[in-house]
Amino acid sequence: MSLGRRLLIEQGGPGHRGPALPACDVPTRPLAELLPGARLRADLALPQVSEPEVVRHFIELSTLNHHIDRGFYPLGSCTMKHNPKINDEIASLPGFALAHPLASDEASQGALRVVVELQRALAEITGFAAVTTQPAAGAHGEFTGLLMIRAWHRSRGEGDRRKRVIVPDSAHGTNPASVNLVGYETVTIASEEHATVDLEALRRALDDRTAAVMLTVPNTLGLFEPRIREITRIAHDAGAQVYMDGANLNALVGLVRPGDLGFDVMHINLHKTFSTPHGGGGPGAGPVAVAAHLEPFLPVPVVVEAGGLLRLDSNRESSVGRVHSFHGNFGILLRGLVYLSTLGPQGLREMSRTAILNANYLMRRLEKTYELPHPEHCMHEFVLSGRGLRKHGIKTLDVAKRLLDFGVHAPTVYFPLIVDEALMIEPTETETLDRLDHFAAAMERIAQEAAENPKLLLEAPLTTPVSRLDEGRAARELVLHWGGATRSERAPVGQAPSRA
Amino acid sequence: MSFIGLSREEEQRMLESIGVRRFEDLVAAVPEEVRLQRALAVPGPLPEIESRRQFGEWAKLNHVDRGVSFMGGGIYDHYIPAAVNAIAMRSEFATAYTPYQPEVAQGSLTAIFEFQSMIVELTGCDVANASLYDGATAAVEAALLARHQTGRARVVVAGALHPHYQDVLRTYLEHDVTVVADRAGQCAPEDLRGSLGGDVAAVIYQHPNFFGLLESPQAIHALAHEAGALAVAVCDPIALALLEPPGASGADIVVGEGQSLGNPPSFGGPLLGFFACKQSLVRRMPGRLAAQTVDRHGRRGFVLTLQTREQHIRREKATSNICTNQGLLALRATIYLGLLGKRGLAEVAELCVQKTHHAAALAERTSGYRRAHEGPFFREFVLECPVDAAEVLREGRARGIVPGVDLGRFRPAWRRQLLVAVTEQRSAAEIERWAEVLAATEWKS
Repeated sequence: MSLGRRLLIEQGGPGHRGPALPACDVPTRPLAELLPGARLRADLALPQVSEPEVVRHFIELSTLNHHIDRGFYPLGSCTMKHNPKINDEIASLPGFALAHPLASDEASQGALRVVVELQRALAEITGFAAVTTQPAAGAHGEFTGLLMIRAWHRSRGEGDRRKRVIVPDSAHGTNPASVNLVGYETVTIASEEHATVDLEALRRALDDRTAAVMLTVPNTLGLFEPRIREITRIAHDAGAQVYMDGANLNALVGLVRPGDLGFDVMHINLHKTFSTPHGGGGPGAGPVAVAAHLEPFLPVPVVVEAGGLLRLDSNRESSVGRVHSFHGNFGILLRGLVYLSTLGPQGLREMSRTAILNANYLMRRLEKTYELPHPEHCMHEFVLSGRGLRKHGIKTLDVAKRLLDFGVHAPTVYFPLIVDEALMIEPTETETLDRLDHFAAAMERIAQEAAENPKLLLEAPLTTPVSRLDEGRAARELVLHWGGATRSERAPVGQAPSRA
Repeated sequence: MSFIGLSREEEQRMLESIGVRRFEDLVAAVPEEVRLQRALAVPGPLPEIESRRQFGEWAKLNHVDRGVSFMGGGIYDHYIPAAVNAIAMRSEFATAYTPYQPEVAQGSLTAIFEFQSMIVELTGCDVANASLYDGATAAVEAALLARHQTGRARVVVAGALHPHYQDVLRTYLEHDVTVVADRAGQCAPEDLRGSLGGDVAAVIYQHPNFFGLLESPQAIHALAHEAGALAVAVCDPIALALLEPPGASGADIVVGEGQSLGNPPSFGGPLLGFFACKQSLVRRMPGRLAAQTVDRHGRRGFVLTLQTREQHIRREKATSNICTNQGLLALRATIYLGLLGKRGLAEVAELCVQKTHHAAALAERTSGYRRAHEGPFFREFVLECPVDAAEVLREGRARGIVPGVDLGRFRPAWRRQLLVAVTEQRSAAEIERWAEVLAATEWKS
């Protein structure tokens, strides 16, 4: 029987310590003398644990995680594909890992080369004129892209008037949140029946107060906007800019370029399409690609090449400014460049093609069991509805939890908001037919269980390190650190329930 | 080259099962005239052998092995115990997504909870979040929170806050940023008082500051509160092992850059923004938060909580637009802090103080050099050079030393100033060689 897992602070104690540090080899003086007048702390209540026990603690924690190297991870909109190990190996080369961002340009030519090569490749893939790699994640890229749009309107004397951004109701939540951050106002338009943009609603919403239209292509239902060129044209006719949320770029590479569709700016979730490990919630990277008219507004510094030497240029008067402490998530940018150059032109095309093939295969198999509100061919992902199981007292959440018992991660659930009991499924290109069939079989079995033994689903998951967690209690008690944890009851993590 | 396991025959079977003849039928919604009719002009394909060669050559173009580094300025060369890399590189942590299904993410969630706990301890605040992008955007988030909390617009910034952080604050807040010029490298309370008023949401200062100097947190907090503003400290977590935590002397929000906790410089990213604040501000906090709860059998477990603050629920009314954060770096910091622990972290901090002061003493014995500021300093100091700092860097290059950061890259007026950081990694012999670089740099007195 397990004795349960303890937090680090509940292990070791006085006299226990980790790796030793060298003795001080310079003449020392009392701290009070070196830091005159400074108020020092009385105590530092960090753990006191030996290295072997620290290692065991984290290795044990690691075994509690689902991850892409263990199994299928069909989280819609998240593009959980295989993360090639070569990317990490190259990022850990000392020449990259130890490069200091304030080293001189001459001493940073390798890092600047990586940045420039990635920017060029992303500009080519997306069909835009220029790219900034400074934003640290997709939402940070959205903010940066909107800043450039704002700067462009201001440069034309329309900054005070154009402050509205039209966003369809199927958009990611980051879109309206980013709009708010630049001081703009979100105007939400309802999607039409097929979840594509309602052109009439768009026309009605567009006016001389519109700064931008923000679209996700393919949209969050995995559908391509067939009238996208018309949409970008009528937006431009109204004087607005068109922003593309590039979260779903994995569907488009080598097939169609957003710049060719009339978009003015887009961000790329590098960690999705270009496969950098998600790290349990980051780091990612959110490069932003722009058309030529927005290039003067790129964040500083930009990398410029002159006489074979790359250098950082901060002297750009129209720039929106700096958005990151240094040059963005360089280690992630590097992994993305390794990934796309490993694949090459043909491999990138195969990537998106297979992502689309895999999604359509799964969708057609699962539509026999679950409702498919939008029956068109999908791109890289699709959205099912679990509402058919309601008659058994089963919700989408129960399906998601039961899936965990089959060794696969649950899809994204309850998003997009426009589908009742949504299950958003993105298999990616790196899953084999065999894996897809296994997932489909699990989904089918769960539908059957819902009809025959719904209690099983309501109790699921049954095989995970913990069973369903009480989120209401977490929010009520708000125990957010172990000082709080030690005050309340100290049930060891995942300890088996007491038995007679 | 691909990471796809799919045979021609399987592809055919899949197309048949879907009910189409060819792949192109699946993408019929993409208008023919906008489809890309050529191959992308991108590098590759590069099999691993060639990739290693190509990127290995580029890695060598960064001169990291040509000089012992005394560079700081927000990114520090601290020792990373071997166990940090060994654990953090594990697929179980590295290739997991954000913990949306807590039953299969207790590893990440427990680590986040431990990270929050250790940041709470270091900062002296009541609560900490799961991480933000970096120190600069953490300072921005603090300013935004203060604006929402107070309903005021202006943010007053101490002049010795990292110049890049000031830049980023101006990018986000534009004209609502007032900078109080430093006096001898520090924030003078009388200068700060003059900049405050009823429209000020927050006072933001760095401690130790960009020049390595300690500020007077108590006085700054008191002035901020007198004006009805929030006090925001930007701190280095290693320094907080020794210094009184700002949360204990009244800071409402403590943010900073956590790179020095077990994360490599990596050309300045990915980094680790941390954010801690008073309990009363928790519902306005940006980013993810892990909380303790129990499962159906009463076993302890952790979940993401207060998600109604976040963009995926609250959309335009969210407290921040952040989604993906810096999870893996927060994990590395947690492992680092766990390994070093109570004694180890304090020892690292003290070694930094001793070695930095030793280096400063050697410099001041060198003709023509003096410290630019008088105040107490932690791990970093500004050296006023008799020539342009670029000259000192040039001399260092010949001797295998990177003697510091040339402050001229921030402001032309600072071109004779060298920002020198000395971490626990620098040996007495290296510091000697560093001092020799100063002495050897040619100049006419």
